[in-house]
Amino acid sequence: MKNKRNQNMVSKLNQINKSTNFLFNIIFIIISLISIIPFVFVFMISITSESSIARNGYQFIPNEFSNNAYLFLWNEKNIIFNALGVSVLVTIVGTILGVLLTTALGYVLSRPQYKLKGFLTWVVFIPMIFNGGMVASYVVNANILRLKNTLWALILPLLVSSFNVVITKTFFKTTVPDSIIESAKIDGASQLNIFARIVVPISKPVFATIGLFLTFAFWNDWFQSSLYITNSKLTSLQALLNNIQKNIEYLANNPSAGLSIQQYVSQMPTESVRMAIAVVIVLPIACAYPFFQKYFVTGLTIGAVKG
Amino acid sequence: MNNNKNIKVKIKKKKWHRDDTELTILALPTFIWYVLFSFLPMFGVIIAFKRYQIFPGKSFLYNIIYSEWVGFDNFKYLIESRSLYILLRNTILYNMVFIILGIVIPVTLAVMISLIHSKRKSKVYQTAMFFPHFLSWVVVSYFVFAFLSFDKGVLNTILIALGKDPVQWYMEAKYWPFIFVFMNLWKTTGYSTVVYLASITGIDPSLYEAAVVDGASKWQQVKNITLPSLRPIVIMMFILNTGKIFYSDFGLFYQVTRGIPASLYNVSSTIDTYVYNALLSSTPIGMTSAATVFQSIACCITILLANWIVKKIDDDYAII
Repeated sequence: MKNKRNQNMVSKLNQINKSTNFLFNIIFIIISLISIIPFVFVFMISITSESSIARNGYQFIPNEFSNNAYLFLWNEKNIIFNALGVSVLVTIVGTILGVLLTTALGYVLSRPQYKLKGFLTWVVFIPMIFNGGMVASYVVNANILRLKNTLWALILPLLVSSFNVVITKTFFKTTVPDSIIESAKIDGASQLNIFARIVVPISKPVFATIGLFLTFAFWNDWFQSSLYITNSKLTSLQALLNNIQKNIEYLANNPSAGLSIQQYVSQMPTESVRMAIAVVIVLPIACAYPFFQKYFVTGLTIGAVKG
Repeated sequence: MNNNKNIKVKIKKKKWHRDDTELTILALPTFIWYVLFSFLPMFGVIIAFKRYQIFPGKSFLYNIIYSEWVGFDNFKYLIESRSLYILLRNTILYNMVFIILGIVIPVTLAVMISLIHSKRKSKVYQTAMFFPHFLSWVVVSYFVFAFLSFDKGVLNTILIALGKDPVQWYMEAKYWPFIFVFMNLWKTTGYSTVVYLASITGIDPSLYEAAVVDGASKWQQVKNITLPSLRPIVIMMFILNTGKIFYSDFGLFYQVTRGIPASLYNVSSTIDTYVYNALLSSTPIGMTSAATVFQSIACCITILLANWIVKKIDDDYAII
């Protein structure tokens, strides 16, 4: 009891004084606001009426609200849902394949007895310090593997990164006890079985970490799309926003009944539609990431362990 | 084949096990991925030493193999084109500023946030600061546009309200070095802070208790316990980032400027934006390739050099 009070006193002594604490809080409140406000602002623009934007420019608190931008997106739901579908499909398939490929190699490299370990370590290590460069990758993907205008162009090049492989290797090495694997082997289980039945269930944190890294990478990717995709059926949400100038006209290609294309375009809430698409992209992220935040840090701290 | 390997391995080490075969099968898909997407492009480097020609009706590989060798001509052309100077200057200078500020500011913030009394508030701040990390540069470029747009942006509205002239932000080169630095910090600071903070929370609390008993002030504790404990991770981040000094964050320079208008060319083009534009235009592919090969080799040398220097100073901290 006395000891505990002592400790409390120590940690009290250890604290910064009240005014410094207050100052630090102010600083962090400002930084937090700077981080979040641009998104709030873009959201406010997306619900501002077009005439208000024309008169007053972008405002934090608009004079006149309007849900026209979202109605417009809803009108064009074929295109929006198609882009959303591409984004979701690429993200899901890419994440699953990426996690499997990364962890499988990570597990193999974590086995101390494995004969080709040295060779495969080099295979993983060399790309960390040298690569063929963007042009060579482009040429290989576009001309040799013929990925242009296929969804695979958005998935395959991003699947594996050596950094992720090293994270999983370190994780398996430090947290999966050798004795479990040895005893399973004595029971006659194959390595594939051991990996699927024993290693995967007890290594959830690292799967979550790699899975989340990949989910965000795929969801946020526009670069692959801008290099390899010209077919509008394969446009993802990010690519749609990236080419919005071109796409606003494309979106307007099927005007509703009774209007000519010119009339339709002139009625379009272009300013707020752009911001509305940005909101549609960011909203799922903004809702989801606070729950997964800790895994991002775990990943980096595991990776920092030399091994 | 397998048999052959068996015998060889037997002589060298222990026997090739059933285990090894199974593990090889498990590793095979990823190995194939590495061959196709990592090692095949490494051989693509030879394009930089050729004058790429298209032979009608032949496959791409045929074209590469039968194109004429031109040695270092592509590199010579790149060096003489004068744009290389601007590209290199921008890429390296921006990266140096990003690396230094990207360590100093997050470490400072991490120390500060670890000292805040209320853990709940500190969690809220972390979550808020982490947010920009999850956004793509395309989305961020619209955020920036909302502030910098000439006729509708908030900054100009404020300037006009203050009785000043509005600024054509997307045409004035002098503001952009600051905008790039600010945006880079905006996007990366939160993440780095949280990573450094994770290391700070990992420090053994008894160290601080001992320091308090010895009468150390808070500042002395930070200087003598917290900062030294962060050394390994700071050095690791430093080596990793120096290894990328010839690469630029493409999205930052390309998207935030809305595709690099001509008036901003001098302050915002980096090696990557040059390559990207060249790739999608009709620039000879050999020359573009020379730029990326130069980039890869320069980076390879820098990372080995940085690692070597760190190793000289303290062997424990080197990453290779």
